[in-house]
Amino acid sequence: MITIDNIKKSFDGKTILSGVDGTIKTGEIFAIIGPSGQGKTTLLRILNLLETPSEGNIILDGVSIHEIKDRNQIRRKMGMVFQDTIAFHDTVFNNIALGLRYRHYSKKEIQERVMQKLGEIGLSGFSNRNATTLSGGEKQRVSLARVLITDPEILLLDEPTANLDPISTEVIENLIRRYNRECNTTVIMATHDLLLGQRLADRVAVMMDGRFIQSGTVFDLFSRPCSGAVAQFIGIGNILTGTVIGNKDGMAVIETDGVRVYALGEIPPQTPVTIAIRPEEITLHRGSDTGTSARNVITGIIESVQPFGIISTIRVSHNTFRLSVQVTWQSMQDLNLAPGIPVTISFKASSVHGMPDECSHAA
Amino acid sequence: MNDLITGIGIAFGLILTADPEVIDITARTLAITCSSTLISVVVALPLGAAIAFRDFPGKRTVISIIQTLYALPTVVVGLLCFMVLSRSGPLGYLGWMFTPNGMIFGQTVLILPITAGLVITALQSVSPGITDTIRSLGASRLQFLRSHVREARFAIMAAVIVGFSRAISEVGTAIMIGGNIKGHTRVLTTAISLQTSMGNFSLSLALGIILLVIALVINLLLGLVQNR
Repeated sequence: MITIDNIKKSFDGKTILSGVDGTIKTGEIFAIIGPSGQGKTTLLRILNLLETPSEGNIILDGVSIHEIKDRNQIRRKMGMVFQDTIAFHDTVFNNIALGLRYRHYSKKEIQERVMQKLGEIGLSGFSNRNATTLSGGEKQRVSLARVLITDPEILLLDEPTANLDPISTEVIENLIRRYNRECNTTVIMATHDLLLGQRLADRVAVMMDGRFIQSGTVFDLFSRPCSGAVAQFIGIGNILTGTVIGNKDGMAVIETDGVRVYALGEIPPQTPVTIAIRPEEITLHRGSDTGTSARNVITGIIESVQPFGIISTIRVSHNTFRLSVQVTWQSMQDLNLAPGIPVTISFKASSVHGMPDECSHAA
Repeated sequence: MNDLITGIGIAFGLILTADPEVIDITARTLAITCSSTLISVVVALPLGAAIAFRDFPGKRTVISIIQTLYALPTVVVGLLCFMVLSRSGPLGYLGWMFTPNGMIFGQTVLILPITAGLVITALQSVSPGITDTIRSLGASRLQFLRSHVREARFAIMAAVIVGFSRAISEVGTAIMIGGNIKGHTRVLTTAISLQTSMGNFSLSLALGIILLVIALVINLLLGLVQNR
């Protein structure tokens, strides 16, 4: 188990990490997600002893790792794959064998293990190729093999598949999953790719302003983002601010941009709230006759239409109130939707997620 | 022009007939230069690594001083080594004045700033990602240095070539410390200097051509190693 205890880090007076707290269980895949420049890489580097925290401790199996004199004792339990693909000016074989040579494995064992790893990363036959001549995806596979070959207990991955080709991405993701399942390897990865987190991680923590502001399963984040910033990061298209003006039938009535929106659950009146409404949970109707049982029904006109593959995002406005709605290309054709056309939008009170803007700051 | 043509003719004559004196001078030149290059590299690697990888106050100044010493005049090195190695000097007890050992000492002092300076540049040019990877994989101090030297081997080989070229072509230190004693400390450059002062331009030229050919062959050999 790894405990991250109030980790702070500043560089030249600039605060990068402002107090990270969390616990990562053995054998867990834990993803740190968040926009770029929020301190994800710095935290991984501190975990790998490449940086020293300004304050706080990392406790691994009861031991504060930054207080141990022999850093290699800890480092050799870990393996880190960096975001920038790293290839030594050497053969692919020697690139992968490096960690084993540091650990004084025999030539025979190195030969066997490297050949096995080359097969696992789909690069059999590349043994004698100069690693610097490989593609970005192939280099990243070599980087992962270089780390996995040392059988690390903890695998640290910094944006492992950012900007890679689909084949390399699949190979890398499958290997991470396999080692986690078969070897019980604890995986901690930093990514800005929420979908990668969703595909691989048991648990995710959102890092913003140098600390974790929410953690849980990806489903938790999607369904209950703790702040407008989290909702925005995970791509909930409609984030509005308003004030609770009353409660009715177990629902909070929120006024936002001159429109009353009903949200499930009671909130004390006069409370300022941020609300998130997923575009895919909003239904769009042509004209004013909706026949819907949804609590929220708002008329407006189409302001803009933005096609994105087979789905189009339609922006509907009612005076200063604006919401984005997603419709399929087929519905666009059937309803003959275009800017300037009057429409009605409806959504259930349960689709409105009110956020108190109070996050837990621990994972 | 005549001297030039005669010189080329004599040079080839001396080489083809394997003139014993020329062979003797050439062998001594190679032995002294290779020794000083080897010693300077053995010292430059840990010294360069210590400067390249450690942060200490005045690091930039130290590097600047080393780089300034690239232009150290050979006669100044000769003078300093003379003062150190002469009977009354601090290393006078070694008895290295007018010996090949003294010449190796002088040439090592001359080229050490070059090899050390270029080793520092070579090691510092290794990407931070490579350094992080080496650390992250749990390399010991020696493994850390070896992996960096291997990664920077092309640039380090260039340091060896430049150091060797400077050592084989210098005359000031060789003449002041070695004394140009026939059969003992005479090397190609000091022999050229002597033959020129005696008016034997053709022989000087011949020895000069031999010197250049050696430099060329050694550079080609090191280049081959570099490209492997």
